[in-house]
Amino acid sequence: MTAELPESKSQATAGIDWVKGGLIAFVVIYLALLLFVPAANVFYQAIQGGWPGMVKVLTSRLFLNALKLTLIATVISVPLNTIFGICAALAIANKTFRGRTLLLSIIDLPFSISPVVAGLMLILLYGNRGWFGPLLQAGGIKIIFALPGIVMATIFVTMPFIAREVLPALEESGTEQEEAAFTLGASPWQTFWRVTLPSIKWSLLYGLILCNARAMGEFGAVAVVSGNITGKTQTLPLFIEESHTQYDNQAAYTAALLLACLAIVTLVLKYLLERNTAVRRTYH
Amino acid sequence: MAVSPRQPLSKISWAWQITWFYLILFLFVPSTALVLKAVTLSPAKIWHIATDPVALSTYNVTFLTALVAGVLNGFAGLITAWVLVRYEFPGKRLLDAAIDLPFALPTAVAGLTLSTIYSTNGWIGGLLAPYGIKVSFTRLGVLVAMIFISLPFVVRTVQPVLQEMSVEGEEAAWSMGASRWQTFWRVILPPLMPAVLTGVALGFSRAVGEYGSVVIIAGNIPFKDLIAPVLIIQRLEQFDYAGATVVGSVLLLISLLVLLIINLIQAQGRRYQ
Repeated sequence: MTAELPESKSQATAGIDWVKGGLIAFVVIYLALLLFVPAANVFYQAIQGGWPGMVKVLTSRLFLNALKLTLIATVISVPLNTIFGICAALAIANKTFRGRTLLLSIIDLPFSISPVVAGLMLILLYGNRGWFGPLLQAGGIKIIFALPGIVMATIFVTMPFIAREVLPALEESGTEQEEAAFTLGASPWQTFWRVTLPSIKWSLLYGLILCNARAMGEFGAVAVVSGNITGKTQTLPLFIEESHTQYDNQAAYTAALLLACLAIVTLVLKYLLERNTAVRRTYH
Repeated sequence: MAVSPRQPLSKISWAWQITWFYLILFLFVPSTALVLKAVTLSPAKIWHIATDPVALSTYNVTFLTALVAGVLNGFAGLITAWVLVRYEFPGKRLLDAAIDLPFALPTAVAGLTLSTIYSTNGWIGGLLAPYGIKVSFTRLGVLVAMIFISLPFVVRTVQPVLQEMSVEGEEAAWSMGASRWQTFWRVILPPLMPAVLTGVALGFSRAVGEYGSVVIIAGNIPFKDLIAPVLIIQRLEQFDYAGATVVGSVLLLISLLVLLIINLIQAQGRRYQ
């Protein structure tokens, strides 16, 4: 046994480089086929038509309307989710109560529900034949096939992002500093702005970046409720799909390039935050 | 100190109220709408719609393909996590950061570029076409989109566990004469299994619900590559609300079941440690 030891170990060490090389090659090929080549293709296809082709798409009325709608839906839903996320984290952090685990699971639920099912729920609720349909029609309020429906669908699918980032940060920073601020006479509001917020700012930013990326790119839930009325209720992802089905490659890939740039900015910010702050990386 | 218990309480009840209001308005009420709609249908009708041949074929395509995607990513994700944690090589950071691309890239963009690349005259699809392998607009295309969308999960669940695992156990196994293969099976893999299974389940769950990338790369033909979420939208477009509700409820139940399984695996994993 002892005599064999150096031999078996050196064998293993000599073999490792070969295994290492093989495994790295596998990973590089795997990621190239699924991530790098498809990402490069977005740039290639968009630039292929040259600047005039891209500029023509970027200045077209349909594209601008889709961009505008995507931005409006994001600007409404992300701040609402931020308020919810911070409140939920404040309410749950550093506390033990019955049903805590259940509540955490409920907050995470939208990540498990298919976006199409989320959209379906909104149709059954606010659609013309839905539960509140007759009431809304009588009041002349349009939710489905209009902006409110798109916002609600976006809120549904991005609901957990901020809460699940801020909650662990709050638990880690504890309550001592907040309590100290209270005893020194700070109001709850002052305490939040001066003590709580600075301690969660990086986690909050991390959650915001992920929430924003998903909100701008959401497709399934929005596709169900928007009705995809060209130039009216068409968001950027829907614009891409429709351009693609109409064989307008230039339009599809120019819009895709814009969203791909957003994804790259998201990844870079995410990477920097993970590297330079105490933010822990999470998966969804 | 005497003041503190009262003060935070007032702040917290405020946060509670907003949390519950938000959850009720945007999560509970919509979910209830689905359940109530399903309840208004007779059990016989629900069964009839849920087991309709087209619906059955979409479950087959959706769940089986998502399972294959999850398992493939289980293997590839484990290797990827291993390479990223244990080896040093140039470009490692870029690979690590790129893993999250499927989380950041809108699914419409993913579907668009994958369908171009894997089409018969695309960069990769063109290489497979001479062998009679068609990817885009077939079930294989659905698989590619599902692999893409669930790629990060296993890597990201395994990475932290692997990082915290000491190399001492491995070295001990080696020095006692275990082969590399034995060391992997007996020493390295067992503590990683809960993380791998959690990642596979999360990826499966995500792939089952995926719409955007699949609808673009698939041909969406019933009995061939039509997935359940696309069927829901088709039923809605025909104003068949009952049909959409039943298929949606099946999807929802499966998602909840997978969520339960994930929690069980994680509870099991905690006991293991």
